[in-house]
Amino acid sequence: MLVEIQNLHIGFQSRTGFAPAVKGVSLKLGTEKLGIVGESGSGKSLTARALMKLLPKQTRIEADRLAFDGIDIMSASEREMRQIRGKRAGFILQDPKYSLNPVKTIGSQVAEAWRTHKGGSKRQALEAAITLLEQVKIRDPKKVAGSYPHEVSGGMGQRVMIAMMLAPDPELLIADEPTSALDATVQAEILRLIEELVSERGMGLLLISHDLPLVSHFCDRVAVMYAGRVMEELKASELLSAQHPYTRGLLNCMPSLIHPKERLPVLTRDPEWLK
Amino acid sequence: MTIEIDNLRISFGDKEVVKGVSFKVAQGASFGIVGESGSGKSTVLRAMAGLNNHWSGRIAFSGEDAPLKRPPAFFRKVQMVFQDPYGSLHPRQTIDRILSELPLVHGMNDIDARIARVLSAVALPQSARFRFPHQLSGGQRQRVAIARALIAEPQVLLLDEPTSALDVSVQAEILNLLADLRVEQNLTYVMVSHNLSVISHLCSHVGVMIDGHMVEQVTAEDLRLGNVQHAHTRELRTLSVELEEPA
Repeated sequence: MLVEIQNLHIGFQSRTGFAPAVKGVSLKLGTEKLGIVGESGSGKSLTARALMKLLPKQTRIEADRLAFDGIDIMSASEREMRQIRGKRAGFILQDPKYSLNPVKTIGSQVAEAWRTHKGGSKRQALEAAITLLEQVKIRDPKKVAGSYPHEVSGGMGQRVMIAMMLAPDPELLIADEPTSALDATVQAEILRLIEELVSERGMGLLLISHDLPLVSHFCDRVAVMYAGRVMEELKASELLSAQHPYTRGLLNCMPSLIHPKERLPVLTRDPEWLK
Repeated sequence: MTIEIDNLRISFGDKEVVKGVSFKVAQGASFGIVGESGSGKSTVLRAMAGLNNHWSGRIAFSGEDAPLKRPPAFFRKVQMVFQDPYGSLHPRQTIDRILSELPLVHGMNDIDARIARVLSAVALPQSARFRFPHQLSGGQRQRVAIARALIAEPQVLLLDEPTSALDVSVQAEILNLLADLRVEQNLTYVMVSHNLSVISHLCSHVGVMIDGHMVEQVTAEDLRLGNVQHAHTRELRTLSVELEEPA
């Protein structure tokens, strides 16, 4: 098992009291594609961040087990975590605009990621960077390597982020809303690219998204989260015919092009779901 | 209020981003513009709202040509709602202060009653009035943004991706609210979005933009059935349909 999460609790201590955010999440991930879906505030990003120990100091994390490839994250030191982050597990965030350094060329940023984890000379690193850019299907990798982040489109920026994450050959890729800032046509391309690379390299993928149809098309398994809990876990292909009233509610309230609805049903939240 | 746009051209410096767009919207109808980022759809909307003075062509409301510099009375008839409910409300002003701004500027009377009225029109509790934006959820904030547009009792609402920053559950509530308001207050809508299913839910007519051109105008019904001509429309439709169908 690449990732094991058992009974994970995350909460924030503030001046006015304790606010629990994740309440007992258990998940397992091997070399497969797992999607986590849910509304904002359901705790899906927190769960992924806890796994990489990327939460602020005042966060209270408790878990029966939180492990990456057998390494206990709860007791791992910052030094040990640095061996995992980036190197063994890559993290792709929503908006490439904020994740890339605006004053460095794209080539030098990808090269830096490669060199940090693999060593080698600057020239080797730059060559590797261009090969990586080629792998994420950038048509003119040399030209892109020499340009700055503001000179490329959002889709291209996200490809660069993926190239950077692939540099150290990670075993796990965590993608937190990797395509929400992109156009529909680009969105499909990027997800297909992630899917291809993950299958080719035999990596595990944790895809976090609020877009249920998208996840059902690109993952093997899906966990549906609501208010800090996993409501249900099911095969991605069965997501669109899910039975849980929360999942059904989310699916129903989406407008549809082919099956128009006079009025959109709204989600009625049942306190029973949280018992 | 009918809207006519004729051969609208907009440039930023030497770069022309809207290259001769024309469309008409009937009184009480809603027109949707879809396209990808950079296609110029929001630029068209901003020029209509009077937020950009560098355009040529014709923009007319109720048959009356809009001048480059709009008179104050214009903004009582045409209002805009923006995409990001987190960025479009002043963080240090209460909802009451945010909603009073426009009536104060226009010297309207009865501000108190107006605020109470728009709050109930967008289904916000009166208690929200003395809250700050950060004390409200994303959906509630978008309701405040809609209330702010409604307070002038406009006849046209320009909607720039009003739901794309929201969860689908909240999106449904806002779309229902917008549909109700259009009927209740006899409003005319022009909405911009990249999401075909959202556009076709709210709008009867849809214009497709790519690279500054409006390449096709279809009814929502034809879009649904796939009676479309342009390759880009077909591409957008296919993507949207593929996602709706089970994998």
